[in-house]
This record gives sequence, structure tokens and C-alpha cells, in this order.
Amino acid sequence: MNSLAEPRKWERFFWPMLAGALFLALWHYSVAWTATKVFPSPDDVGKGFLELIHKHVLWGDIIDSLRRVAIGFGAAIAIGVPLGLTLGWYPAANHVVNPLLEILRPISPIAWIPVAIILFGVGERAATFLIFLGALFPIVVACVDGVSNVPSVFRLAGRNFGLSPVQMLTRVVFPAALPKIIVGLRLALGIAWLVVVAAEMIAVDSGLGYLVIDSRNSGKRYDLVVGAMLIIGLIGLVLDSGFRRMEKVKSVRWGFRDES
Amino acid sequence: MEKAKLQASHIHTVFNRDGKTTPVLDDISLAVADGEFVCLLGPSGCGKSTLLSTMAGFLSPTSGEIKIDDQVVRGPDPRRIFVFQERGVFPWLTVEGNIAFGLSHLTTVERRRRVAHYIRMVGLEGFEKAYPPALSGGMKQRLEVARALAVNPDMLFLDEPFGALDSITRLVMRGELLRIWQAERKTIIFVTHDIDEAVQLADRVVVMSARPATIQQIVKIDIPHPRDISSARYLELRDGIFQQIGLAHRI
Amino acid sequence: MTAMDNDKKSRSTSLSTQLRPLVFILVLVLLWQLAVSRNPNQLLPGPWAVVKAIGELLAHGLLVKYVVASLFRVTWGFVLAAVLAIPLGLLIGWNRRADMAFNPLVQMLRPISPLAWIPIAILWFGVGDLSAVFLIFLGCFFPLLLTAINAVRSISAVYVNAGRNFGLAPAALVTRVLLPAVMPQLIVGMRITLGVGWLVVVAAEMIAVNSGLGFLIVDARNAGNRYDLVVAGMVVIGLIGLLLDIGMRSLQQVPSLRWSYSEA
Repeated sequence: MNSLAEPRKWERFFWPMLAGALFLALWHYSVAWTATKVFPSPDDVGKGFLELIHKHVLWGDIIDSLRRVAIGFGAAIAIGVPLGLTLGWYPAANHVVNPLLEILRPISPIAWIPVAIILFGVGERAATFLIFLGALFPIVVACVDGVSNVPSVFRLAGRNFGLSPVQMLTRVVFPAALPKIIVGLRLALGIAWLVVVAAEMIAVDSGLGYLVIDSRNSGKRYDLVVGAMLIIGLIGLVLDSGFRRMEKVKSVRWGFRDES
Repeated sequence: MEKAKLQASHIHTVFNRDGKTTPVLDDISLAVADGEFVCLLGPSGCGKSTLLSTMAGFLSPTSGEIKIDDQVVRGPDPRRIFVFQERGVFPWLTVEGNIAFGLSHLTTVERRRRVAHYIRMVGLEGFEKAYPPALSGGMKQRLEVARALAVNPDMLFLDEPFGALDSITRLVMRGELLRIWQAERKTIIFVTHDIDEAVQLADRVVVMSARPATIQQIVKIDIPHPRDISSARYLELRDGIFQQIGLAHRI
Repeated sequence: MTAMDNDKKSRSTSLSTQLRPLVFILVLVLLWQLAVSRNPNQLLPGPWAVVKAIGELLAHGLLVKYVVASLFRVTWGFVLAAVLAIPLGLLIGWNRRADMAFNPLVQMLRPISPLAWIPIAILWFGVGDLSAVFLIFLGCFFPLLLTAINAVRSISAVYVNAGRNFGLAPAALVTRVLLPAVMPQLIVGMRITLGVGWLVVVAAEMIAVNSGLGFLIVDARNAGNRYDLVVAGMVVIGLIGLLLDIGMRSLQQVPSLRWSYSEA
């Protein structure tokens, strides 16, 4: 949109590297300048990073976090997608259930922690329950949105070709709603990743979230804290990119405009 | 006329919105013969699309009935396919996938044969595996026609199908449509606001008034195809309709 | 009646239809009460206990105090995030080079939960309001940034060219074309981000401060297992979050913004 000349190919690497280098330099020098004893500099973090990898504990924590996300997110899909599709397909049902969802949705999964602990005790299942809750709402909302916004042309065409209701759902409604559903799943996965970190800080004693809190509590190892944060960011990024790849598949790509 | 393929009898349609009632169709009666090409012509918003949707079974009239092959129309049916303005092609299916959409009851071999046949007929060779976003407007429209024809319907309803295309492509598409019609002899009901288009294509032009729509006049176009658009008879018929439309707006 | 039939019918807004959601919620509440009375020895409170707890909080003036504290933090965190993220996002969306420079960094930092920043927040700001505001700021910053970037990207080039055609200087182009054009999308993004901010404040308060609704939940449990207060807190959180959302939605109804919300 900008009328400046088209950026050249090399610029695609130059600018981010410049920005990244500036960022690191800023970080390094502000640590040095404030002479803080506690906050790590970039190479402190780098060393802490390697230390975590060598200590092997890191892999265990990563796997624990991912496992909890997998179970919670999987459960949210298994329940949320059929629920959302049903609510989207029967507007009357949606009309009844929606207000309840709207009230429950703003309650942070974190606020549910005490209830989760009552129901499941401290530990694995409480954490997975929280992830399930956090992911459920975006999935249901996205499914309802996707189904109820199928352009009427497609539904009319489906009826015209004599499709039965089941065929309508599988051959027209679902493919038409799929782009929106995938976006909902991607957002829900992002939320699940946020929640697992929070849940691990409070309700369990393993995982990346726990690593963040524990590194501070048992020794003020802020280099490990920041290292763990960066790993959290990296994995979250990988998960998100994986989903974006899905959005490029030709049979859903039509539903996406330029996104960031 | 021999037994009509489609018979519309005293169609009244009234829309209710927020408590206000708007009459849209006012006592429309029309008979269409088998294999005939009929154009519904009128200004935008006059109700001709409503009439077409009613004929196709997507809407119920407030009173009156539509009969096709002597059976009252109660809903849409694959024997009469509605062609939308290119927005009806499914973007998640390839060209082949779209054309094969109504053909799931056929064997794989038969299906492939038919799809290939209609791809050739509408001139989309080479684009079999392409997805609609990669096609131009004209190509998408042709795809939609191919999809409609593939299920071998008796009737086609076309609602301003060329409205989103540029005028050059439109001329080309008119010729294509006539060619297909002459090959397959379906009964076609075609909605347009373009007088030239109506006179170029139709056997009969049904001139409709502004809302609430009534049939002003039915003009029989007795020129054989291919029609010379500079011939005297063509111009005479066309100007006649021009004047007729002008009359329809006088209070 | 399925979504298919809606082609023909308009939605009826009879009284019975409007009451149905309420009835549904009422039924669920009754079931909840039933389940709790059947098991008197477990800890989860029933709906009546929760209502009484809310009354108790009101009577002691705590409810208002906590709600105000939470809202105060959300407002500050949100406003700070908006003031920084929106101009930055508009710039990045507008300028290809800025986008190239900052996008990788943004994508890296974005998935880090605000809560993972807690130790850093406590380190820098100690336990207290500033920490909480910082966490909310973080939680709101990235969504707003991305909203602004996407909003600029999706401005039709037609508007920009029309502005240039009429000889607008860059500054005027920004205020008279760019900002009005992105406003509808920004408002939607702000509404969603406000919801995120509300989620974060509760979490932040559970860990890093000594007042507010999140703190209420943690404290009620720790200082005496008052689960009725816990659930009361959750209910209030839900209701206020809902009110905030409704408030933002009504902003979308303002006529000068409505042009962009066509079918929704």
C-alpha cells in the first residue's frame, strides 16, 4: 500500500536481524547500565538455556506441558465441535444456550482453579480441566459462527441438488464453515498454551509454567526464568505456525484474507 | 400451446418485515412451453428474482400456485436447477469437484465421463484441478452452468447470471448459452434487466412492471437464431419493448 | 426448525422465546442446588449459599471495593497498551519495512503468557498494583498490536488513493482516511482485548496483589475454605466481564462506525 519502492529480497532478512540485534543490544546494555544483580543479560539467558537442555529436565517439562495441552485441547475439540455445530445449526437451541455461554465465557480459567481443585484435587487432572475450559469457549463460538454464517447461496444450491439433511451438513455446511472452525481451533490452541503455563504455576509441580516459578523460588535463577519464557514463546509459535500451515491447504484457503 | 411445462397461476406474494407488508408480486400468471427460452425483463428490484425463486421452489407464494409437469411445486428439485451469479460455485471444490457435485449416484466411470463432457462443453479444459478463487468471473459463471447441466435437469433458472461480467464477456457468454440451449433443448427461464440481452436470447420476453410486479406485456421474438442485431425486425422489437417499459413507469 | 428454514421465516421475538434462555439457566441452577443438597459433606457451595455470600460481600462493602480495584487495574493496563500498541501497529501495518523488521520479534514474544512474566513483574515492580497493571498491559499489548496491523492491511487501496487524489498531506491522510477506515476493526479488537484484559487481571490478582476479585478468590480459599465466597467471586467476575463486553458492543452501534459491520 505504501508508495515507496518495493523492498528487495535481501531486505527480508536485513530488517528483522537489525531489529533483533538492536533489541538484544538494548537488553544487554540496560542490564549493564543498571548494574542489576538479578536480571539476566542475553548471554546469561543463553547459558541458562544450554544448562536446562543439558540437565535433561527441560525435555520432561516440555513433554508434560504438551501432554496436558494435548489432552485438554483434544477434549475441548471432542465436545466443543459437535456442540458448536449443533448450536449453529439449530438457531433456537443457540438462542437458549447462548446467554449462559456469554456469562461463563469471561470467567478466566484461572478463576476456575479453586473449583477445579475441589473437583479434581491438586494435580494433573485439575490442570487438564482448566485447559479444557479455556479452549472450549473459542471452539464453540467459532463453530456456531462458522455454521450460521454459511452464505445462503450455498445452502440453496445444496437444496436444489436434492441433498438430504445429513448430506447438506457433510457436503456443504461443514466445508463452508471449515475456515472459521480452523481459526477458532488455532485461537483455542493459543489460549490452551497460555492456560497450561498458568495452571502449572499454581496447581501442579512439573511443566514449563512450574519451571518458571520454581526457578525463581528456589534460587532466584532469573536466567532460567527468562530462558523458560523464551522456550514457552518458541513452542507457542511452532504450534501456531503449524495451524497456519493448515490454513494454506487449498480446500480451505478460500476462506482467509491476509492475516498476520 | 400444447401442455405447458411450467404453469404459474395467479401468483401473489407479499413480504412481511417488521410489521410492514410489501406486495411484491401481483397476480402473475404465465405458461412456459417445454424447451422454450423465456426472459423475465424488468427494472431492478421489481420482483422478477422473487418470481424466479418462487418458480424454482425456494419461496412459497402468498397465494396462487406453480405447477411443473402438472405437479405443484413445493420445494427445490434437481430436475430444475437454479444458476446464481457465479457466487454459487463451491470454493472448497475444484472445477471437477463442483461439476461432479450432483452426480454422486453415478458410477465413477460414468461420472468422470460426464464431468469431462461438460468441461469441454463450457470451455474449461485445462482447469479441471483448479479452485474457483483462481478463475475469472466468466469462468466461474461457466463452471456454475456446467454444474447445473451435469445433472441433466429439465429446466434451468438463471438469475441475471451475466450481471457481474464485463460487457464483452457478456456477449460471448450469451452466445455460449444459446449454443448449449440449442444442443440440449432445456426449458430456460432467464431473468435480466438488459433489454438487448432479452431480445437476443429469448423466444418470448415477459416484460414486468415495477413493484408490485405485474406482467405488462409478453413479446414474442420471432427471429430465428442466429439473430442479426442490426436487422430491422430486431430493432423494431427492441424499440417496442423500450417504449413499453417507459409506459410502465407512468402513473 | 433448522438453519435451513430461516430462509423463509423471520425471527419471532415473542415473550416465550425470550424467556427460554432464562428458564434454561434456572433449570441448571436448580440441578446444581439438587446435586449439592444430596452431598452435604463436600465443599462445593450451592447456588443459595453463593447468593448469600454475595450479599455478605455487599454488606461489608468489600464487593464494591474489590470490583473497583480490579476495574481500575484493567483500565490502566488496557489504556497503556492501547496508547502504545495501536500507533505502533498502524505504523507496522502501513510500512512494509517496519513490518519486516518487527514481525518476527512480535511473533516470538506473542505466545508467551502474561503469567509467565510474573516473576519478572514482581522483580521489577514488587507485589502490588504496578505488577498487576504491567501484566494486564502485556496481555493487551499484543492482541491490540495485531489488530491494528491487520486493520491497516485490510484498508481498501481505493480509500487511500482517493485521499491522495484530493491532495491530502500525509498527516491529513492519516487522520482523515486511515483512522476512520480502521476504526470499526479497531473497536472489535479492543472489545476482544478488553475481555482478555479481564481474564488476566483475575489471574494477576491471584498471584501478585492483595486486593481485587482475583485476590478474593484466592484469599477466601486460603483463609478458611470459604468456597461460597470463591464461587461468589467467580459469578461476579462473569457478570462484570459480560457487562464490559455489552458496553463495547454498543460502541459498535454508533452510526459513523456501522458502515463496516454489514452482515454480522
